[in-house]
Amino acid sequence: MHLVSQEVPLVWYLLLSAVLFCLGVVGFLIKRNLITVFMSIELMLNAVNLSFVTFAHQWHEVKGQIFVFFVMMVAAAEAAVGLAIIIAVFRVRATLAVDRIDLMKL
Amino acid sequence: MNESLHLWLIPLLPFIGFVLNGLLGRRLPKSVVSTIALLAPLGSFLVVLLASRASLPHTESYGTWITAGSFNIDFTFVLDQLSLIMLLVITGVGFLIHIYSVGYMHQDDGYWRYFSYLNLFLFFMTTLVLAGNALLMFVGWEGVGLASYLLIGFWFQKKSAADAGKKAFIVNRIGDFGFLIGLFLLLANFGTLTFSELAAKIAANPAMTGGVLTAIALCLFIGATGKSAQLPLYVWLPDAMEGPTPVSALIHAATMVTAGVYMVARTHFIFDRSPLALSVVAIIGAATALFAATIGLVQNDIKRVLAYSTVSQLGYMFLGCGVAAYSAAIFHLMTHAFFKALLFLAAGSVIHAMGGEQDMRKMGGLRTKTPITFWTMTMAVLAISGFPFMSAFFSKDAILAAAFASGNLGKVLWFVGLVTAALTAFYMFRLWYLTFFGETRSHDTHPHESPRSMLGPLVILAVLSVAGGWIGAGRFAAFLSPTLGTKTEELTGNLEYVMMLLAVAAGALGWFLAHRMYHQRSAAAQLAAPAPAGHNLLANKYYVDEIYNIAIVKPLLILSKYLLEWIVDFAILGGLAWLLAGIATLSGAILQRWQSGNIRSYAAWLALGAAVLLYFVLAPHVFGAPSLPFGMAGH
Repeated sequence: MHLVSQEVPLVWYLLLSAVLFCLGVVGFLIKRNLITVFMSIELMLNAVNLSFVTFAHQWHEVKGQIFVFFVMMVAAAEAAVGLAIIIAVFRVRATLAVDRIDLMKL
Repeated sequence: MNESLHLWLIPLLPFIGFVLNGLLGRRLPKSVVSTIALLAPLGSFLVVLLASRASLPHTESYGTWITAGSFNIDFTFVLDQLSLIMLLVITGVGFLIHIYSVGYMHQDDGYWRYFSYLNLFLFFMTTLVLAGNALLMFVGWEGVGLASYLLIGFWFQKKSAADAGKKAFIVNRIGDFGFLIGLFLLLANFGTLTFSELAAKIAANPAMTGGVLTAIALCLFIGATGKSAQLPLYVWLPDAMEGPTPVSALIHAATMVTAGVYMVARTHFIFDRSPLALSVVAIIGAATALFAATIGLVQNDIKRVLAYSTVSQLGYMFLGCGVAAYSAAIFHLMTHAFFKALLFLAAGSVIHAMGGEQDMRKMGGLRTKTPITFWTMTMAVLAISGFPFMSAFFSKDAILAAAFASGNLGKVLWFVGLVTAALTAFYMFRLWYLTFFGETRSHDTHPHESPRSMLGPLVILAVLSVAGGWIGAGRFAAFLSPTLGTKTEELTGNLEYVMMLLAVAAGALGWFLAHRMYHQRSAAAQLAAPAPAGHNLLANKYYVDEIYNIAIVKPLLILSKYLLEWIVDFAILGGLAWLLAGIATLSGAILQRWQSGNIRSYAAWLALGAAVLLYFVLAPHVFGAPSLPFGMAGH
């Protein structure tokens, strides 16, 4: 039928997606630099995108592709807002270490 | 179905006055406040007058209040001959006292508060009287207690006034307890609290005497002794004189304190079946009459003399009830409302003239300075002393005659009543001489006659005090007979005139002694004269307050302090509260660690939670295990 499904099985794509997602989670949890944390979030989003595309191709279903567009759009908006916040925080605190941005703590 | 008399207007109008003055009075000018306050009782009085032309009894029901199984309580007002008399007295005398208050209270800061309380009192009092069932009556009963408390403690900055208010309230609670038990007994035995149904059920069962009816009657009577200041619960009434004088006149002389007499008359069908309860009522009434009159002999505070006189006269009314002469008791209630309200208002006028002085030893010689007060007071003194053809001459005579006619016990009680009549005349003329005769014993005051708004009610009440009894006890009884039944034992012929002569003679004796002791002797001689034996005992009011203090108040305080406060409250209740608080604190301390404020720990918990959820959703598909209780496990 299709080249993809013949040459590379579905499960590999999903495994790659899962691995990328877990990398994103772990990066989010252990990294201290705000920008790295931010990039980890992007990684998680794109891991999810990958599985969306995979399933869309598998089932010949265009909805999956459309979801990816939505996710990319949200990610772009988030990048714009997030980076703006990061710059603002850096100007005030002169640091990007997550643990030291704790002004809201009691 | 006869036409509606709009009885609901009678309590509602004072209630509107209460709400308006209570909420807005502080911002309204005094003239508006008094207009609102005066219109309320006037309107009620007019409604009562209009209603009095209808055919009685008249019942109006405004819907159901409580329904539980077969038990049903309605908002029912009943206008019959008895409640009509009471309403005329309450709204009529109440209106006069409202007028008087305008002059008496005009300088008081709490003017609006005073009038709103006064209207509140009228609301509850008319509810009490109109109530067609005992529970609605109880609402009014408690309400007048509240109004009484508020008005006794009207000058609450003064500790004695605040204490007197509390005393009145607490002593009344004891009586109310008896009343409530009586209501429960009625409910348990008859299944209804509606007076007409109760009367019908008892009438339908002629064999029923004593026993449970005695218990009910005695419980109700305990309630009456509290509200109407009878032995042993009379102690609050003399202290209630801390309130403004018009309040003493309206609530603690003319109307509220007679609620107990009204209640006994209203439930007379119960008392009639219990000779024992009737005897208790008669004995307590006669004993109170004598007891309070003796204390009244030596009091120096003009209002306290009148307070003990009120207790004593209420004793007469209960004596009348106790010998089943209910109409005579109500007759005396009505005339007493006239002359005792007048006495209090005239005393208020005297106090006003003396610039707030209440001690009779510092008065004297007011006859020429306050002539109208003097003459109206004279009418009241003559009336209460039973001077021929004044109002109390007829009503007191009716009670004494009924007592004499009711057997051996009655003759003893009649004699007690006769002695009390002499004592009454003595202390009233003592008050009269000390206040109005002799030379002025106070030199730093300039007595002046009161304003017209105070003198008007005095004159009207003086006319009523003189003429209030001219209807005659016989015709009065005939008027009330549809409600109270007819009395069988009647004195006839010469004996009746002998009784009358004896009563007048007793009054004359009292006057003569007072004249000798307080008029013919100069003030200096009075003060120098050695106190007769027993004077101290009387001046200290038989030490009843002290005895109650030692026997009841102190033990209660000790009990409250040690048993209730330390053991029950602190150890048991407090311990439980501490235990619960400890559990909450401990679990809080543990759970608090979750809220670390560390964003990455939250994220980790989130991820873990998501992973666990995912596991439960996917596990059945992957491992084929039986699904866990999640609705989404199926697809």
